[in-house]
Amino acid sequence: MRQAEALESAYGKDRDPPMFKKILIANRGEIACRVIKSARKMGIKTVAVYSDADRDALHVEMADEAVHIGPAPANQSYLLMDKIIAACKATGAEAVHPGYGFLSEREAFPVELQKNGIVFIGPNPGAIAAMGDKIESKKAAAAAKVSTVPGYMGEIKDAKHAVEIANQIGYPVMIKASAGGGGKGMRIAYDAKEAAEGFELARSEAKSSFGDDRCFVEKFIENPRHIEIQVLGDKHGNVVYLGERECSIQRRNQKVLEEAPSPLLDEKTRKAMGEQAVALSKAVGYDSAGTVEFVAGQDRSFYFLEMNTRLQVEHPVTELVTGVDLVEQMIRVAAGEKLPFKQSDIKLKGWAVESRVYAEDPFRNFLPSIGRLVRYRPPAEGSKDGVTVRNDTGVFEGGEISMYYDPMIAKLVTHAPTREEAIDAQAAALDAFYIDGIQHNVPFVSAMMQHPRWRSGKISTGFIKEEYPEGFTPRAPEGKDLITLAAVAGTIDHLGNTRRRDITDQMSGHSVNFAKRRIVRIGSAEVELEVLGAIPGPYYVSILDGDGQPTKTMEITSEWWPGEPVWFGTVDGADVAVQVRPISNGMTLSYRGIQAPTYVYTQREAELAALMPVKLAADMSKFLLCPMPGLVKAVNVSEGQEVKAGDNLAIVEAMKMENILKAERDGKVKKVAAKPGDSLAVDAVILEFA
Amino acid sequence: MKDIIDELEKRRDNARLGGGRARIDAQHAKGKLTARERIELLMDEGSFEEFDMYVEHRCTDFGMEKTKVPGDGVVTGWGTINGRVVYVFAKDFTVMGGSLSETHAKKITKIQDMALKNRAPIVGVFDAGGARIQEGVDALGGYGEVFQRNVLASGVIPQISVIMGPCAGGDVYSPAMTDFIFMVKDTSYMFVTGPDVVKTVTNENVTAEELGGAKVHTTKSSIADKAYENDLEALLQMRRLMDFLPSSNKAGVPVIPTHDSPDRLDHSLDTIIPDNPNKPYDIKELILKVVDEADFFEIQEAFAKNIVTGFARMEGSTVGIVANQPMVLAGVLDSDASRKAARFVRFCDCFDIPILTFVDVPGFLPGTAQEYGGLIKHGAKLLFAFAEATVPKVTVITRKAYGGAYDVMSSKHIRGDVNYAWPTAEIAVMGAKGAAEILYRSELSDPVKIQTRIDEYKKRFANPFVAAERGYIDEVITPSATRKRLCRALNMLRNKTLENPWKKHDNIPL
Repeated sequence: MRQAEALESAYGKDRDPPMFKKILIANRGEIACRVIKSARKMGIKTVAVYSDADRDALHVEMADEAVHIGPAPANQSYLLMDKIIAACKATGAEAVHPGYGFLSEREAFPVELQKNGIVFIGPNPGAIAAMGDKIESKKAAAAAKVSTVPGYMGEIKDAKHAVEIANQIGYPVMIKASAGGGGKGMRIAYDAKEAAEGFELARSEAKSSFGDDRCFVEKFIENPRHIEIQVLGDKHGNVVYLGERECSIQRRNQKVLEEAPSPLLDEKTRKAMGEQAVALSKAVGYDSAGTVEFVAGQDRSFYFLEMNTRLQVEHPVTELVTGVDLVEQMIRVAAGEKLPFKQSDIKLKGWAVESRVYAEDPFRNFLPSIGRLVRYRPPAEGSKDGVTVRNDTGVFEGGEISMYYDPMIAKLVTHAPTREEAIDAQAAALDAFYIDGIQHNVPFVSAMMQHPRWRSGKISTGFIKEEYPEGFTPRAPEGKDLITLAAVAGTIDHLGNTRRRDITDQMSGHSVNFAKRRIVRIGSAEVELEVLGAIPGPYYVSILDGDGQPTKTMEITSEWWPGEPVWFGTVDGADVAVQVRPISNGMTLSYRGIQAPTYVYTQREAELAALMPVKLAADMSKFLLCPMPGLVKAVNVSEGQEVKAGDNLAIVEAMKMENILKAERDGKVKKVAAKPGDSLAVDAVILEFA
Repeated sequence: MKDIIDELEKRRDNARLGGGRARIDAQHAKGKLTARERIELLMDEGSFEEFDMYVEHRCTDFGMEKTKVPGDGVVTGWGTINGRVVYVFAKDFTVMGGSLSETHAKKITKIQDMALKNRAPIVGVFDAGGARIQEGVDALGGYGEVFQRNVLASGVIPQISVIMGPCAGGDVYSPAMTDFIFMVKDTSYMFVTGPDVVKTVTNENVTAEELGGAKVHTTKSSIADKAYENDLEALLQMRRLMDFLPSSNKAGVPVIPTHDSPDRLDHSLDTIIPDNPNKPYDIKELILKVVDEADFFEIQEAFAKNIVTGFARMEGSTVGIVANQPMVLAGVLDSDASRKAARFVRFCDCFDIPILTFVDVPGFLPGTAQEYGGLIKHGAKLLFAFAEATVPKVTVITRKAYGGAYDVMSSKHIRGDVNYAWPTAEIAVMGAKGAAEILYRSELSDPVKIQTRIDEYKKRFANPFVAAERGYIDEVITPSATRKRLCRALNMLRNKTLENPWKKHDNIPL
């Protein structure tokens, strides 16, 4: 409050304090870009900071000024307060927005900034201290009569201690870094062995990610839902809640899909949670944007989990249902302004759904993928017919997903009057989201949009594990989607055939035709059809029955041309976007979570294709392959050693995550092909079994 | 009259059955198609006209007079691929194992003669057991006749061989003299002498697949230009290839109209060169982003991957592309890469296909293995090929162009027509570190001093401007505008006329 009082005495109570002229964003990637956008809208100049790895990054390009702050590793650049403060001084930035992660929840950061006369665009250090630390926040929450989960609030000495506590609480338990967030430094244990292992891993990840290795243990609630309340406070004692977000769709405790509002909550529960969140915030003098996270049972019981004293990754869904620009409000309250609205002004309108687009391979258990974005074509943003598409990103085509930072590529958000419409809009936007060069989870989130359980809203944080126990496989092409894909494939093939007949040097006097009747193979499905029409369309695709009689005719329009990554067009008037990746004699089509090799044959070609032998992929089960590009941290076995299923074989580090590779079955190690320190490509052989 | 026409149909049907239903089924069981099915897939539907369907052999030894099958083990004729005339012969394994007799050879040579006379490409499909032993020297004579025609047609019409089954002994030399050889994985193999003879002569135990399978010939021997999963894929890809190739050395390249704008900029190319000069990038990304519709038909994809060769189109017209691949051995030129690219450049020059060259080459590969293997002469082949080529030659140096390899890669000095460099280009005798360490050998012990020297050298030579000052580079271009620049340059060169001095033929260092 000191700062606000000072501002008030300088400018008088009734006048708004002056807005900042220039702010610095102590972050990178999409969130830095996001903050720059709001600042620009408010007429505030922006300063970006960047490491060696981000020299050409989008946030550097977007900001008015940029300051280099060190080498690629975050602990030598983005985590260094001195460098940030020096950058502020060099550029004359009056305030710092920390984004999320990095320094955003370090109590010492606002303290240091204040010492140097720089405003922190975030909560006061006291609130961070009270709420930022997971253990302290539990105590504060309990004091504010917020319902909490049983757990051990003290500091844990070692793995043995962790196991003792876990035994007392009862399994399953969650081991979590005190300074953590975003799933890093977090482990769930179902028995004592896992508790010991989990503690060690959580601690080492906490140390490398946050520079703070303290961890705590608490009861893990089964079948839970993750619901959080967005709060916003100012320096004048006002706090409001901006409704909730549900973020139950997670993998390895990392959020994948988020939405606002939650399909679980009723008005009564929403109000109860909101009011508890506000009470807690007021108790600690919270004066910025923050999030109170709850774990909720399917019966709408809820327990306080933790408070994030920063802007959340998934804040856009709240912005779209409330119409509040959270970043703008954070900047305004940091400058000392009062909140321009009261609780009664906050109305939730429509539904917003967000997909986090990650550089990770959904077909390989979501392992991270790094490298060059050879192609990056996000869907068009904007509002039309009550549907809004927004894409928050920090990358561009030709940019790099680096191994040093979070593997998030973008956050795709859609908003519409109802949940179903928002989900459909998300599905359509994902169809057009084309990324190549790295593996990414667009096929997965696309498939999710069609998943009946997700669409029904009956979800929990175990959703992905429960629905995809054997790992993710694309949706099978069937029903209406199969017909749409076949029609698009038929049209693409027809376009190719038509223009190849325009080649020069043809024999004269004899026009060459081609069969209009085609058989489309999409994965293991087959559709027979006939395509008519000339470039540039419209084209007419008839689906044929077994006797070659048309059963349905569709009108297709499209200006697509070979070489373009996404086929945009209409099928019987409905907008369709299908991703097209050429393969030998065919194409891989991606649409609505379906991703299938597609071939369009003449009848004769199809007959002869049926004679072709089915070839089995080489048996690689005797090898332990590196599942992602990464650094070998340890090889736990030696040549000739017998191993049991579940034994740890090796540890590969990628994206700051240590991945333990376990034996899938009993066996004997024949050869060790990699050693600690090796930098391996995906599918490189680590071990060979006898 | 009607019965006479019926009789014709009966004879045709009989001939089309080849070696009979049982043998056709056996062929299918092996995952292979019959000769006529293969031709059906290769040609436009209904366009194939078969010649010499009723030809039978004339051998009377070893009871052969009793085993006569119309067609005699090879199906020949002509048809069209997307309306363009192509001649074809396909060995019919169902008829006496496709073995070559005197009359069988005559059927092939007839088609070869027609293809040459009428200036249209010829495709040979191989799936046969070699010479028909019962015929002895008549079969050998037949081979010779085929070989002679391969040689005369070379450089006049494209000749393509597709190996879709066994191809051994005398059968291998005809494909070997054609422009491209394609194989089918698991079902085809090629060798001069088979595993049995190998065992007898050298005592080596080797399977047909290990001795001459598709993998061996696409990765080790470089005999084959590409291998496909099955007959269908191979033949449909041959249709795709034919769309790139001119019908003859006088026909000019075929053109397929496109909507892919010649002015299309690709800003992602402005970040393709990594900050670290030792970090690789994929040259195929550049190729795919520059050419029409990202359509690139790669030749010898699996061999000497440090150089990339293949066909693409610019504004609808075929071009040949040669590019160093920094992803493999830093894109260095070694014996294999030089031979591979030299043969490709000569094909393009034969058939009037303009050549685009993308250069990022750190030099020639040092070492005893290379020198003993004849790097000097193999490297000279590529130099020779580029230097003698009279087709339009446009070159883009993206990064390194060091030493003699700079000269070789279609430089201005060997008649490169338009030579562009990206701002990231470094045209120098060698890398800055190597150069400074030689020039200032006495300062080697002082790391600070030598680093200063390296930086000095880098500043002076690690850029395209020293070369540009001398006119060795015509223009320094922004990477994102590469397609636009190349399209303009190729258009400007459309009427290029250049002839080498008359000679019977040159004497390339073979």
